[in-house]
Amino acid sequence: MTDWQPSASIETLKLRARLLQQLRAFFHERDVWEVETPILSQAATTDPHIDSFVVNNSDNQLAGYLHTSPEFPMKRLLAAGSGSIYQVSKVFRSGELGRRHNPEFTLIEWYRMGFDYHQLMDEVDALVRELLSESVSLEESVRITYQQAFLQFIGIDPFSADIEKLKACALEHDISGIELGNDKDAWLDLLVSHVLEKSLPTSRLVFIYDYPETQASLARIRQVNSQQSDSEQPFAVGERFELYLNGMELANGFHELANSNEQRRRFEENLSQRLCSDKDNYPLDEHFLSALTQGLPDCSGVALGFDRLVMLAADIDQISEVMSFDYSRA
Amino acid sequence: MATYSTSEFRSGLKLMLDGDPCSIIENEFVKPGKGQAFNRVKIRNLKTGRVLEKTFKSGESVEAADVMDTEMQYLYNDGDAWHFMDPDSYEQFAADAKAVEDAIKWLKEQDTCTVTLWNGNPIGVVPPNHVVLTVTETDPGVRGDTSGGGGKPATCDTGAVVRVPLFIDEGELIKVDTRTGEYVGRVKE
Repeated sequence: MTDWQPSASIETLKLRARLLQQLRAFFHERDVWEVETPILSQAATTDPHIDSFVVNNSDNQLAGYLHTSPEFPMKRLLAAGSGSIYQVSKVFRSGELGRRHNPEFTLIEWYRMGFDYHQLMDEVDALVRELLSESVSLEESVRITYQQAFLQFIGIDPFSADIEKLKACALEHDISGIELGNDKDAWLDLLVSHVLEKSLPTSRLVFIYDYPETQASLARIRQVNSQQSDSEQPFAVGERFELYLNGMELANGFHELANSNEQRRRFEENLSQRLCSDKDNYPLDEHFLSALTQGLPDCSGVALGFDRLVMLAADIDQISEVMSFDYSRA
Repeated sequence: MATYSTSEFRSGLKLMLDGDPCSIIENEFVKPGKGQAFNRVKIRNLKTGRVLEKTFKSGESVEAADVMDTEMQYLYNDGDAWHFMDPDSYEQFAADAKAVEDAIKWLKEQDTCTVTLWNGNPIGVVPPNHVVLTVTETDPGVRGDTSGGGGKPATCDTGAVVRVPLFIDEGELIKVDTRTGEYVGRVKE
């Protein structure tokens, strides 16, 4: 048995430590301070596609949920007047296991007061460039809207296309046999993960922004005018961005929604979606909603997958090989 | 009906797809941080041997295929079918030409093969990695040439044609790797 041994080499783990050190120095220089928030929480995310680990007490009573991101308590700190903050935290997502997924992983999450999401993209760009400066040579970054990305790399307008069109498009790209019903976002996700990610330019940081409002439950919504001639109606986008490098998703950010009633409405919508797909129902984070009512200052926030960044820095394509002990050895 | 959830997917798992038994070769979990998760799998159709890619919505369940790989002894061919026997139960199974297919030219009576059974019927046969065959037809041996360079075709008792070194003569026994079809060495009786 060699399962007692780490799944990453000692050399990779040392690289990991150096990157963490660099990262902390980066935030220190910018006056963003480090916080810690609970891992075990009374509430859980309502995201229809993220499942929490449920934790029981020794007497089999529900003790809470392992957090899937530190977003809600960090926003409570912001509402309490913290100013710009960051956190290095282990987060947990049940069922996510694969070449680029481990159910327990490290997120770098930070919030910047008064930043809009483009300013935050600038900062993410600077951080990633700094951390990868010794290992990856990066050309000029690309910033492209979700709509432009679909038009350019898949040849379809994600906002005006109906289910039939998306289905036909999937077939054209040799994705067959899958049935996602009337879930438009699922069809879009299918095209993103099977077509778009593979078509994005490599050796560049690619920021995709302005997502369909249905895919940005914690972001502000804005009306935009279409750049497409065939859909003249203005449409709504969520002020969300994603960072990709070499086809791998690295970070997800929002211009943060600050309206408590709107947030509650979206959570409840999420929960009914969970109900429809037979998923566990979780309690809403009332503390978080109260904090929004109290007032969340204008800010943008982002979560970056640290393990994946290490994968890129070490030129390793298995997430298990950048973690001391992956899920199977934990 | 037994089923597997996508979270149980791993290579070697046997599933029913479009009415045919299939085996997973590769399974990849893909998921955007915020969005629908999928399992992209590469699968082999065990009846046709064809390899295809398929995507499942994560969390879905798929019918399991009642497929078993069993070590069996090859008995004989009666002209239509190839007969195998499970050495533990002495139960005999008849495989048709489609099931035996690529293995035919390596099948020697008494050899132990891996027979894939689907609902109790043979659908595939994998010969042993190495078989010992008798050369039945080849150009006369060239004495003294043991370099192994060049070589010549030799027909064996099972019908297989194998490239052998020049010094091999008719009637000799040779060991062949069935995975590559290559000559491994000469076997002394």
